[in-house]
Amino acid sequence: MCGIVGLFLKDRALEPDLGRHLAAMLVTMTDRGPDSAGIAVYAAPQPGRARLTVTSAAPEADFATLAEDLGAALATEVTLDRHGPAAVLHLPEDRLAEARAALPGLRPGVGVASEGRAIEIYKEVGRPADVAMRFGLADMAGSHGIGHTRMATESAVTTAGAHPFSTGPDQCLVHNGSLSNHNNVRRRLRHGGMDFATDNDSEVAAAYLTHRMAKGDDLGKALEHALHDLDGFYTFVVGTADGFGVLRDAIACKPAVMAETDQWVAFGSEYRALAVLPGIEGARVWEPEPATVYFWRH
Amino acid sequence: METVDLATTPLRDLNAALQAQTRETNRTAWEVLNPRGVHAIAVGLDAPIQVTVRGSTGYYCGGMNKQAEITVTGSAGPGVAENMMSGTVVIEGDASQYAGATGQGGLLVIKGNAASRCGISMKGIDIVVFGNIGPMSAFMAQAGRLVVLGDAGEALGDSLYEARLYVRGSVKSLGADCVEKEMRPEHLAELSDLLSRAGADARPEDFRRYGSARTLYNFKPDNAGAYG
Repeated sequence: MCGIVGLFLKDRALEPDLGRHLAAMLVTMTDRGPDSAGIAVYAAPQPGRARLTVTSAAPEADFATLAEDLGAALATEVTLDRHGPAAVLHLPEDRLAEARAALPGLRPGVGVASEGRAIEIYKEVGRPADVAMRFGLADMAGSHGIGHTRMATESAVTTAGAHPFSTGPDQCLVHNGSLSNHNNVRRRLRHGGMDFATDNDSEVAAAYLTHRMAKGDDLGKALEHALHDLDGFYTFVVGTADGFGVLRDAIACKPAVMAETDQWVAFGSEYRALAVLPGIEGARVWEPEPATVYFWRH
Repeated sequence: METVDLATTPLRDLNAALQAQTRETNRTAWEVLNPRGVHAIAVGLDAPIQVTVRGSTGYYCGGMNKQAEITVTGSAGPGVAENMMSGTVVIEGDASQYAGATGQGGLLVIKGNAASRCGISMKGIDIVVFGNIGPMSAFMAQAGRLVVLGDAGEALGDSLYEARLYVRGSVKSLGADCVEKEMRPEHLAELSDLLSRAGADARPEDFRRYGSARTLYNFKPDNAGAYG
């Protein structure tokens, strides 16, 4: 069992409150996933700039002069925003690959949670309320976001095994369920040149979608292919730079409920996650159909 | 009227108070405020009381109900009225998956749509859905009646036993061993009674009846090879 929440804002006036609403939604799903939690927030992109979200077990030491050191190594301007045990590095988009290559040499203990123009991923072992507090989720702004509370079934309870998984720039996936053919799919994707950080089945789903989108599919098309190629139980919520998608397997035993108003579209594993949103009383509330692709874009 | 606000009263206190009512109680009308999708509201009741839940509920609302008349003014989460024995549960909105699962008696009315597996393994409950029902509904349904004013999803009545299914709209597909059956006068009469008890505005003549072809009841020696 796991819990998923997602919030896509149609009304830009709500963007400063994205983190506050997402944090409230996440905490309602604590009983579905008490062992770890994670959030992907899509913040406003800045022209020509990219974000690298990094984590460290020793953030004080690792992050103190990281922006300066990375800036010096790349001979460019790098800035850093601290979010508890994580930080977001802002740097020129065309220097992203160099930055990733330089990072292990500069700070061996620093891991990369996500990269892209808009995405920031924060995830850790711990109860959802504590994880949200540590990263300061409630103060984050953005256009859309996805959260996950994990009750591990397929792999270890570690930060790397927590969701969301990000396998491509500005892409992420959260999953409730379990895949039965993930080893085969992982093997095929590895042959195609993709790298995997964990043994987790959900990372395979994320990488599969990244692979499809790299071949030219849009998110909707990639999700349609997933229906054919991924076997098992799943409710996926997937984020991209400009939107999010939802897919349930054909049996659809993993719960899902959605709500929409003029201001937002929201996803929850249960209605409890939606009940905290402003205007829920007047929202259209429905259950996504099995084997049906849903997605919203800005 | 007894009013319990779940914003200030713990769920266990509400359920303990409802479960403490007896056949002779004079506290017969209850109202529950701020359910906000909480699980297991008004479960295990066994008294002729009326409970109105104002809002939407989570899993298993009205589960194991006996005698009570429970109304949810919003929508209900998975497993509403699961294993109901008697009484009535009315959902003004939609119901999530496996509504009325394993129910042995009583009447479940869903005024919106019901999701997948509505009436799975029903054992005597009557279910009336004003809207549509999702795939795999009435799977292995053993007894009782399922009435659908709208359409039914895939694999309706797969492997069903003696439950009777009435659908006014289309059926996307029938499950294994489920077939359309003749609508005889006794069926029109029981359907008319169910529609009227549920407060549904529909004519029995507009429905089709589905039931078991009874070909899966006994093991066929010809199939023995499949288990070797």
